[in-house]
Amino acid sequence: MSFDVPADRKYMESHEWVTDADDTAKVGITDFAQDELGDVVFVELPDEGDDLTKDEEFGVVESIKAVSDLYSPVNGTVVAVNEALADQPELVNDDPFGDGWMLEVELDDDSGMDDLLSADEYREQIE
Amino acid sequence: MALRKPPLRDVHDARGATFTEFGGWDMPVEFESITDEHRAVREEVGIFDVSHMGEIEVAGPDAEALMQRLTTNDVTALDPGDSHYSMITDEDGVIVDDTVVYRLPEGDEAEFLFVPNAGHDEQMHEHWTAHRNEWDLDATVSNATDEYAMFALQGPDAPELLGEVAEESILDLQKFEAKYATVAGVECWTARTGYTGEDGFELVLPAAEAETVWEALDCQPCGLGARDTLRLEMGFLLSGQDFDHEDDPRNPYEAGVGWTVKLDTEFVGRDALERVEAEGVEEEFVGIKLVDRGVPRHGYDVTNTDDVIIGQVTSGTMSPTLGEPIALGYVPTEYADPGAVVNVVVRGQSKKAKIANTPFLSD
Repeated sequence: MSFDVPADRKYMESHEWVTDADDTAKVGITDFAQDELGDVVFVELPDEGDDLTKDEEFGVVESIKAVSDLYSPVNGTVVAVNEALADQPELVNDDPFGDGWMLEVELDDDSGMDDLLSADEYREQIE
Repeated sequence: MALRKPPLRDVHDARGATFTEFGGWDMPVEFESITDEHRAVREEVGIFDVSHMGEIEVAGPDAEALMQRLTTNDVTALDPGDSHYSMITDEDGVIVDDTVVYRLPEGDEAEFLFVPNAGHDEQMHEHWTAHRNEWDLDATVSNATDEYAMFALQGPDAPELLGEVAEESILDLQKFEAKYATVAGVECWTARTGYTGEDGFELVLPAAEAETVWEALDCQPCGLGARDTLRLEMGFLLSGQDFDHEDDPRNPYEAGVGWTVKLDTEFVGRDALERVEAEGVEEEFVGIKLVDRGVPRHGYDVTNTDDVIIGQVTSGTMSPTLGEPIALGYVPTEYADPGAVVNVVVRGQSKKAKIANTPFLSD
């Protein structure tokens, strides 16, 4: 199976993505991750204003068959949470890089973005 | 140890199924998506490969006596073609396994067929033969698990679909009745039983003919994932999860299946269960609905409103039909009334929940 891996963002080995930005970035999980999880039924996310630390847990995504922790790809502050996921967690399955986004993060000066995988590097990992 | 494979393992693989280990078997857990498969069964029809379930045949003059002494229900009440749900208990009345017992038609080589859970067939074969020898009964016990495939065709459209493919009428079968029916040219032991709460049938057939029958019953293939969410919505027990002889020993009264225990028969565990029945149980198997958001899972603590641990979730999921988090588990009887407020501890967070009637779908 071939999975979508957009080139305009960066990736973690733990399958989170972040848009490649200098100030405010969006965060979600990859097409590969949602496929592995199966039907997503619940997403637990931080609140607006919460600080994120790169590589630390920021939430949980649950499918019918599995629970998976979510890890922050960057250092920053949550400025928006995708409220639609509360009622429609299946958006993570349907559109993981679009409507299934999870957080919008205002990046710290030292965001840690440079250490992340490129699209090509991530594609190598999942293939 | 190598996993046992159902006869159609490669067929399912080619169809794109994902697999999981279950009871020592390599079984399809998901074909399309668990929720799609679940909905197909609730609204139309789906087919499950349940060839991991055991098949033990019991024959001979003392077959009935042997069955009666090793299962809690009354097999003498079964006419040929009848079946019932039953428990296999130890001397202490603890459930070793749950099973469906079929009395086969007269003239069949065996008199009874019973279906232990995945991975329990060898243990049950030993249990039966050891007791037969101890009691000096004239009966043969055969573990036919590897000879047979087993499919479950479940859903409101199951009778119509099977009716189109079966040569004999199957619509005259009442629930828990069974007979041989020819499906796509293959003789199948066809029972109106199932584990989903829907109308439907379970078919036991020669493993070598499995693909012919599977292909003829052309509908949504379903994996163990949907089987679990469907049975959980009905509050049905899952062996090894809602009871476990070693890790979570339960008697039938605690597990809510005391109705399968016929104390006017003689069976292993009877005296212990008579005492339990007279004294009552301290814990009960209940349904739990989360009021707060979250997904309950096996092993999560159940607490009272003072945050004292009172029990555990044995099974839990987000109900695809209800869109609500539901669970099963054991709590002390004083907390077991529907509507009682408890908490389920979901990854360290206390979530408000209520004891609920099962099946959950009847609310």
